[in-house]
Amino acid sequence: MNDLTDLTIADARDALRRGDTTAAELTDAHLEAVETAGALNAFVHRTPEIAREQARAADARLKGGDTPAMCGIPIGVKDLFCTRGVPSQAGSRILEGFRPEYESTVTTRLFEAGSVMLGKLNMDEFAMGSSNETSVYGDAVNPWRATGSDAPLTPGGSSGGSASAVAARLCLGALGTDTGGSIRQPAAFTGTVGIKPTYGRVSRWGIVAFASSLDQAGPMTRTVRDAAIMLGAMAGHDPKDSTSADVAVPDFEAMLTGDIRGQVIGIPGEYRMEGMPAEIDTLWQQGIEMLRDAGAETRDISLPHTKYALPAYYVIAPAEASSNLARYDGVRFGHRAKLAPGDGITEMYEKTRAEGFGPEVQRRVMVGTYVLSAGFYDAYYNRARQVRALIKRDFDEAFAAGVDAILTPATPSAAFPLGAMADADPIRMYLNDVFTVTVNLAGLPGVAVPAGLDDDGLPLGLQLIGRPWEEGALLNVARCLEERAGFVARPEKWW
Amino acid sequence: MSIDKETARRVAKLARIAVPDDRLDALAGEFNAILGFVEQLQEVDVAGVEPMVSVTPMRLKRRDDVVTDGGQPQKILANAPDAREGFFAVPKVVE
Repeated sequence: MNDLTDLTIADARDALRRGDTTAAELTDAHLEAVETAGALNAFVHRTPEIAREQARAADARLKGGDTPAMCGIPIGVKDLFCTRGVPSQAGSRILEGFRPEYESTVTTRLFEAGSVMLGKLNMDEFAMGSSNETSVYGDAVNPWRATGSDAPLTPGGSSGGSASAVAARLCLGALGTDTGGSIRQPAAFTGTVGIKPTYGRVSRWGIVAFASSLDQAGPMTRTVRDAAIMLGAMAGHDPKDSTSADVAVPDFEAMLTGDIRGQVIGIPGEYRMEGMPAEIDTLWQQGIEMLRDAGAETRDISLPHTKYALPAYYVIAPAEASSNLARYDGVRFGHRAKLAPGDGITEMYEKTRAEGFGPEVQRRVMVGTYVLSAGFYDAYYNRARQVRALIKRDFDEAFAAGVDAILTPATPSAAFPLGAMADADPIRMYLNDVFTVTVNLAGLPGVAVPAGLDDDGLPLGLQLIGRPWEEGALLNVARCLEERAGFVARPEKWW
Repeated sequence: MSIDKETARRVAKLARIAVPDDRLDALAGEFNAILGFVEQLQEVDVAGVEPMVSVTPMRLKRRDDVVTDGGQPQKILANAPDAREGFFAVPKVVE
């Protein structure tokens, strides 16, 4: 019964509750899929013993009639999450050998709900990247290939391993994190669903920090319903994260009524970028038609500061990163460089960080150091925070004018070949996040939904942006889009 | 506002990252590309706009000022590259 890996989380939950399958069977089927998918380089630390033990416990609970939605569901965990006793390296050499003595709040919640961890997933180093090519583990590979080509494609980044694993049926859902688009861009590149919740909806405790005012964790799944189920198990106030909001978590799945009649969907003109491929524009137009078909009203809106979002991000994110990554000093955990005779503590710091951080991380830490340094703080950092306030104001005004959700493309292209950007200016890679980064700056929920295929047979996604704390309503719009897009394509197995 | 080799050296030093001398020119070039990109922020009229402090309007929660954790030096030291006699060990700091 190998279709077990084809189930959605919702189907698997129902099958487990009915007793049609067991957590142990589900887990074994997925462990086998992981075992034979080495070519994708998605799972970088496998945890079959933990998975089997958790599956046994889940089966016992299920037998006793205790059946939380995520009970017995095999998932993958991005390497950014600290998991007790299991390598948690953030895709970096500097955390080589690090095995946390504690468990992140999000994984704790999922485990308490009975979820089964298959292992840790590949990612860009410290979540800095849009192609999963900055990872110490090497590139994660997209299970999708262009028609008639066997060139390996990027699964996107930074949650590239999560996207690849979900699309390739190695797990039913995966944990991702999103600082500028790191859940939504890889979801779009792999034909999967990924939601970045409202800032503060999900605890950041125990997640390796990149840019603390932007980072949020979210689920990556194959359907909108699954995203609703998994997000419900992750979300909620956590006293250990002072920015986690004490806001009630509704039943997101119950809010998927499929009824969006009369809702107003904003279409922001500023997202029609110069040089945007025609197929992205066409897809966007089709999305507009689908939501109209569902009974929504679409309205042209303006978010005038959109073009300044990426520049503001590339001040704020490196600034916060330079401060967060100061803790990697070779003293308390992770890698320490071998020292030469006479080397003091400064040489230890400098050599450790030079060896432990890859080029992109080094670049961002140094850019962040520069923009925070005396004499430049006002010109860069404070100005970026002012522009960030204006970007948020744009959204606030649109919502105040009656817009319920906003529809945009998710990415400016489909997945590109691994290595294609190797010689490009870093800015070209940064442009991948042009449609997603505004959402992090404004702290809003955003979801990527698979909406079609390009001429090469590669998936393309659309993004929906919602009001703060209204993930349920947002997912309901996403469900309507998903239903009408009827995305059923899947990557042909070559791995 | 162009960053030269000496500025790149100073920033690397501040960030405590050893950068070999022959990499500094290239690094300065990368900084200039990124800072050139963010230069657009200067076009925006930000008069009277408060720099954002918190993306959601919320008051930080307060907690009682009491000890809630501790007494686990082995766990704290478990991942240290060099721990001795219950302490983190580092190269000599004071001559």
